Amino acid sequence: MQMLQTTDPVEGGFDNIPTQSAHAFRAAMTAMARPGTAHVLSGATAPAPTSPAAATLLMTLLDPETPLFLAPGHDTGALRDWIAFHIGAPLVGPERAVFALGAWDALTPITRFAAGTPEYPDRAATLIVDDAASGWDAAILTGPGILNEAVADLPDIDILARNAALFPLGLDFFFTRGDRVQALPRSIKVRAR
Amino acid sequence: MSDYNFAYLDEQTKRMIRRAILKGLAVPGYQVPFASREMPMPYGWGTGGVQVTAACLTPDDTVKVIDQGADDTTNAVSIRKFFEKTAGVATTTSTAAADLIQTRHRIPEEPLREDQILVYQVPIPEPLRFLEPRETETRKMHSLEEYGLMHVKLYEDIARHGHIATSYAYPVMVEDRYVMDPSPIPKFDNPKLESAAIQLFGAGREQRIYALPPHTRVVSLDFDDHPFDPSRADHPCALCGAEGSYLDEVITDDRGGRMFVCSDTDFCETRRDAAKDEVAA
Repeated sequence: MQMLQTTDPVEGGFDNIPTQSAHAFRAAMTAMARPGTAHVLSGATAPAPTSPAAATLLMTLLDPETPLFLAPGHDTGALRDWIAFHIGAPLVGPERAVFALGAWDALTPITRFAAGTPEYPDRAATLIVDDAASGWDAAILTGPGILNEAVADLPDIDILARNAALFPLGLDFFFTRGDRVQALPRSIKVRAR
Repeated sequence: MSDYNFAYLDEQTKRMIRRAILKGLAVPGYQVPFASREMPMPYGWGTGGVQVTAACLTPDDTVKVIDQGADDTTNAVSIRKFFEKTAGVATTTSTAAADLIQTRHRIPEEPLREDQILVYQVPIPEPLRFLEPRETETRKMHSLEEYGLMHVKLYEDIARHGHIATSYAYPVMVEDRYVMDPSPIPKFDNPKLESAAIQLFGAGREQRIYALPPHTRVVSLDFDDHPFDPSRADHPCALCGAEGSYLDEVITDDRGGRMFVCSDTDFCETRRDAAKDEVAA
């Protein structure tokens, strides 16, 4: 059986970086291109409370060029060591972060993060919401990547609807849980079901 | 396999490209700057498309490359060989059998599926570039959604020629927000931009990546009294008889002889094979 979490900072990386990150990126890209669909994302394991999907996403997308914010709960010595060994991303405050990792409540208020500028909307943070909480509200999603409508459980529909209203500015989200990932780009309109 | 890292590029470069692709998908039609690398082929041969393909490929993929619809032209053959050698992936000429299709200036006739990716090679990603040469200005125009100049250009076409004379790289509006250059595909292909597949655009020399998620609304710019017209040559294909495909005009002698044949070679061959099977049966 595969380890779900590791405590040794040297453990838990990819065995074959090019191949595993290629498969992981394909899953992450498909999730971002088709909001509301869940995809298997596994291969890396990081110290608790990080899920395998979030650990794999970090391994795939982050490197020393991408400042990362660790929200309280994920900001542990063990995870800092793991990130320092495997990824080398500088750890920063929310305002300067290109990526952020944490449970939803620990990441809010999300207005702290960079939402891009009108001329460079790509300079916006990507939030990895690594949350095992249950009881999220079902939301209806519409927008690019979705033929008619999709349904997804989201932590806070009001906040995410406000983020979408900023389009083309705004934050992009990955929701990770176990070895599954879903994504919510800013282009998607969300409303309560 | 080979002495290259998987799909030629180093991992840090792929991560940088992958991050740009994700932002491109999040803001459809917006051109994301990326640190384009020098590739072992000249600019204009698809260095942007090759980098995007390299960042998206997995070892399980089957790759198809077309150049103006054809699988057998120099550019297509070279890029296919490049990925055979550096990524060890399978290649095909069949549209249906491909997981990832890299294209120069055409969209395959056969509708693409949800599990396919189409990568475009883009020479000039900025649709406003020939109207406004300064990057600082075009960037501001996109941020302010100031696209009047593009409509003036199309209007001048009508004033001069009686119709919109732009026949390729015909500008489109993506999700009512960004005007986008669909790369120099014939305007015949514009309706196919609304696709079930993920579409990624890579411009190597100009260092831009942009994207269309599946089912993104893509509208060709036009006027109420001059609606968009995806025109094609008024002939059936001389080889397969198709009446709805995009045609190339082929000169056959020096006395004015010519024929019209499908530009999409796989589409044409599949149809001719099917016709042969029918005769045999």
